[in-house]
Amino acid sequence: MRRRLGLRAITLGYLLVVLLAPLAMIFYRTFEHGLEPVWAALSDPLTVHAFEVTLIATATTVPLNTVFGVLCALAIVRRRFRGKGLLNAFIDLPLALSPVVVGLALFLLYDRTGWLGPWFMGHGIQVLFALPAIVLATIFVSVPFVAREVIPTLRELGNEQEQAAATLGATRWQRFWRITLPSIRWAVIYGVVLTTARCLGEYGAVAVVSGSIQGKTETATLRVQDYVQVFQTSGAYAVAVVLAALAVAVLVLMTLIKPREEAV
Amino acid sequence: MSIEIRNVSKRFGAFTALDDVSLEIPEGSLTAVLGPSGSGKSTLLRIVAGLERPDSGEVLLSGKDATGLAPQRRDVGFVFQHYAAFKHMTVRDNVAFALTIRKRPKQEIRERVDELLELVQLQGFADRYPSRLSGGQRQRMALARALAAKPRVLLLDEPFGALDARVRAELRDWLRRLHEEVHVTTVFVTHDQEEAMEVADRIAVFDHGRLEQVGAPAELYDAPASEFVLRFVGDAVRLGPRLVRPHEIVLRRWPGDGAVEVEIERIAVLGADARVDLVDGSGERLTARLQRVELEDLDLVRSEIVWASAEPFRRLPPEPSAGDAEAGQALG
Repeated sequence: MRRRLGLRAITLGYLLVVLLAPLAMIFYRTFEHGLEPVWAALSDPLTVHAFEVTLIATATTVPLNTVFGVLCALAIVRRRFRGKGLLNAFIDLPLALSPVVVGLALFLLYDRTGWLGPWFMGHGIQVLFALPAIVLATIFVSVPFVAREVIPTLRELGNEQEQAAATLGATRWQRFWRITLPSIRWAVIYGVVLTTARCLGEYGAVAVVSGSIQGKTETATLRVQDYVQVFQTSGAYAVAVVLAALAVAVLVLMTLIKPREEAV
Repeated sequence: MSIEIRNVSKRFGAFTALDDVSLEIPEGSLTAVLGPSGSGKSTLLRIVAGLERPDSGEVLLSGKDATGLAPQRRDVGFVFQHYAAFKHMTVRDNVAFALTIRKRPKQEIRERVDELLELVQLQGFADRYPSRLSGGQRQRMALARALAAKPRVLLLDEPFGALDARVRAELRDWLRRLHEEVHVTTVFVTHDQEEAMEVADRIAVFDHGRLEQVGAPAELYDAPASEFVLRFVGDAVRLGPRLVRPHEIVLRRWPGDGAVEVEIERIAVLGADARVDLVDGSGERLTARLQRVELEDLDLVRSEIVWASAEPFRRLPPEPSAGDAEAGQALG
């Protein structure tokens, strides 16, 4: 009993110092002088625009990476092909790479001297310092989450149910929609939630490729940085708190999903 | 629908699951595919269903080549050992699946599902999820589901293998009766010879990916085509140079032509039958099955020396005489 209490004290204490204290501090500082400065910062058109950019990037990335993640998981679990191990390892690359490195790599690729840059420039498409680069960076860093959630669920599921559906007359498409997808739905949702959280919070890669142009290519996280640099701390706090609140909402959503997933 | 399997072979890496198998399954029959694990029997069933593709050979359904046909176009019902229940659907939706994807009218589906649930005695369970059914109930649900679209062939892969003995016996009877009612060509895979003998009207015995023998249960028992079949279908004991059925052993108090001198180790009375454990001069143990009447007539006692012979003789493996050698090759 005493040992269990000790264990609990250590884990809770650690979380308190490392996670909760900074979070509490930011909430405290934000509302220290009431709601007015918070509202002022959040209603600033530049801030509103920054949130819009973040939302556009997230709304583009999440569906793309969800579809890719599910396809990828299906390929890895169900198919045998050359380079499967490599694919499996590559999915995790964004987790291992520093976002700054990702940003730099994308920058080089789409720069005027890069492999793809000249082609896009030739077609009049501005990639770097524009929305496409922000979306590409966000996609890159949030690739693994859906696949990582779905792969173990698919493995556990096996393919007997799908084979049964096939003998009952279901086409490949019907099998996917009626058997596979409903069976992995919680894993997909869980992956989507994690992907969303990652997209909202992305900073490093986007910072390199977006150019951080106020009112144009500035995302919410970049806006925080911007406020800090000009010592307009109340603005930084306000935007940070909105981002933190979104993260907490995501967390709550996950805990709501988790027990259901276990019950199935 | 009749099934014809022609020279089918299938390998998984270095393992040969099926080696040049040819087998005909007549329309309306109830056939057991019997063999030990790894004998290729499940692979054969999965090839008939289209879930595996043979490396060579052909599968004909109703006389038409179906070798490359996708499973969903074969019109077969398949029952898996571990039920393969659709866990996210109720029993009703599971059973209705084949009809739902065929976009049949709702009313028709409802009626057909009710009819099937009655057939498998799951009327009260329509709205439950499979996780809340017992193993036997799940397997009955899987059977109803497989029958829903009126398949022309019903294939069952060790359907009772995961169930306990009592439920298994129940479902065997039930499958037998179902076949009498529905009369769909049925093939079931099993490793349990008793189950095969009890349920099927034809048995195909497999070993190491090869078809050893096919015939009626009594045929396999009385005239096994190989030592493997003799040992696998029913009990077999070695008497001198021969393999015989325990009930074919006759004990006498005097030596005779081909009789083996044995000592009685133990006598156990089992109702109408008795089991006599014997040991021969070389220390080999064997068991004879005698009727109580015989035992009492002979008035045998323990440690007594008697002479055992087998009637009728089954000499297996065949002696390498000209005629037998030919028969042996035909068995391959």
